[in-house]
Amino acid sequence: MAYDSSDPSSPQRDRFILSKGHACVAVYAVLALRGFFPKKSLEEYGADFSMFMNHISHHVPGVEFSTGSLGHGLPFAVGKALACRMRGEKWRVYAVLSDGELDEGSNWEAFMFAAHHHLDRLTAIIDYNRLQSLGSVQDTLEIEPLAKKLHAFGWSVIEVDGHDHQALIETLSHSDESKRPRAVIAHTTKGKGVGFMENEVLWHYRNPSDEELAVALSELGFDA
Amino acid sequence: MRNAFIKELTARAALDDSIVLVVGDLGFGVVEEFARRFPSRFYNAGVAEQNMIGLCAGLASEGYHVFAYSIANFPTFRCAEQLRNDVDYHNLPVTIVSVGGGLAYGNLGYSHHAIQDFALMRVLPNMLIAAPGDPQETRACLNYLLANPQPSYLRLGKSGEQEYHSSSPEVYPGTLVPIPSLSSGPSDKLLVTTGGGLGVAAAWLRDGLFENYAVASMPLWGMSWKLTQSSILSNFSHITTVEDHISDAGFGSWLLECSVACSASVSIEVRALDRSVLGMVGTQRSLMTRGGLA
Repeated sequence: MAYDSSDPSSPQRDRFILSKGHACVAVYAVLALRGFFPKKSLEEYGADFSMFMNHISHHVPGVEFSTGSLGHGLPFAVGKALACRMRGEKWRVYAVLSDGELDEGSNWEAFMFAAHHHLDRLTAIIDYNRLQSLGSVQDTLEIEPLAKKLHAFGWSVIEVDGHDHQALIETLSHSDESKRPRAVIAHTTKGKGVGFMENEVLWHYRNPSDEELAVALSELGFDA
Repeated sequence: MRNAFIKELTARAALDDSIVLVVGDLGFGVVEEFARRFPSRFYNAGVAEQNMIGLCAGLASEGYHVFAYSIANFPTFRCAEQLRNDVDYHNLPVTIVSVGGGLAYGNLGYSHHAIQDFALMRVLPNMLIAAPGDPQETRACLNYLLANPQPSYLRLGKSGEQEYHSSSPEVYPGTLVPIPSLSSGPSDKLLVTTGGGLGVAAAWLRDGLFENYAVASMPLWGMSWKLTQSSILSNFSHITTVEDHISDAGFGSWLLECSVACSASVSIEVRALDRSVLGMVGTQRSLMTRGGLA
């Protein structure tokens, strides 16, 4: 992505929208590592009156859009991609959605609009971990065949291992000449790398105890 | 009002390329000239109001002043959370335009009766409600919004409204707009209207009611302007408000809250639609009568 941490509003930056706003800690951490604000600020996460709210906040430097309620990010990203096209500019818009979030009809409205207007600077990345709030996606509202559905909606669709960074880099840097918006279905595992967390809905809600944190960090190869 | 709006917007769009018009598959016979003259700044989002408001917010975040045009409750209640989170919270210059405010679409039934919309829009902290009472106020409100882009709700009637101003008046949020054609002179009693209440008040005055009242409208108001009402409230001993909205959480309710907040001694009477009209179908006139506003 094109960005300038010293000028988060740089006109030619690429735009990133986290529609699954509950995953904000990952974005906050990346922005701190990339110099948008001091890493020490992360300690304010969730504190009284902090800008680091538990769903992504546009008050944080580098964050384009606040979300939390699902189904809002893609329509907003569509508006940005449309603005890019209207101005004849070359920056890109990336939106990360969850799989459970696809239950929201607003996403499918946005899928239709983006394809109808050939918004080829727009990429939607779907974090497909197959779990949502009360159980599996399959048992809640089946979204398969997802790739076929998105293709039928007029999108260029690529499936990738969401934990394979090199594959993600190659996919996202691949030039697509189809004039279609692009959907990247990223197959992931919730809690990846921590045995007692993997594929457990519980860890959508719970904070680990000190002991659990030590085990998790150890399994991930960090010093506790 | 609808025609005054689109004519003015089209004229201004020729001078300001930040103006974009997005419609929710409505506006037949209204929006065509704008679409023809400015095809790169006109989009039909289809029958999909949630995406429409979300993409309007995205466009606005890139520097456009976006007008989202639809009718009745479709661009408000249908997409209330997009208005709250995407537009108002991010303080973006999106103007929601709803044609058919009040009971203008009376025969079309409950789905098309926009008589609870103030209640929704006035709880959004950055939202400026623009409810003109005639075509001249419509032009004035639109010009104010174009000069001051912000989250805003332009609530229009439909067509054929009488003009009560001889020219476009000066309008500012939370400020009274005198109606010289209806006022008999200075008074410590005020009849104040918003939106279609102006036509109702004019009919009452023609019938000899509210003699010796000063008459004004307040087409621009909202949460941010509550505390500025103390200076207005202190000028009158009695105020009667008129609106084509139910009495719950409407304009009169807003002014009552203002008077409590500033401990004003003025007495306030709210003249609004009675809730018994909810769910009824009929002409605008017959429903207004049934609702207590004729």
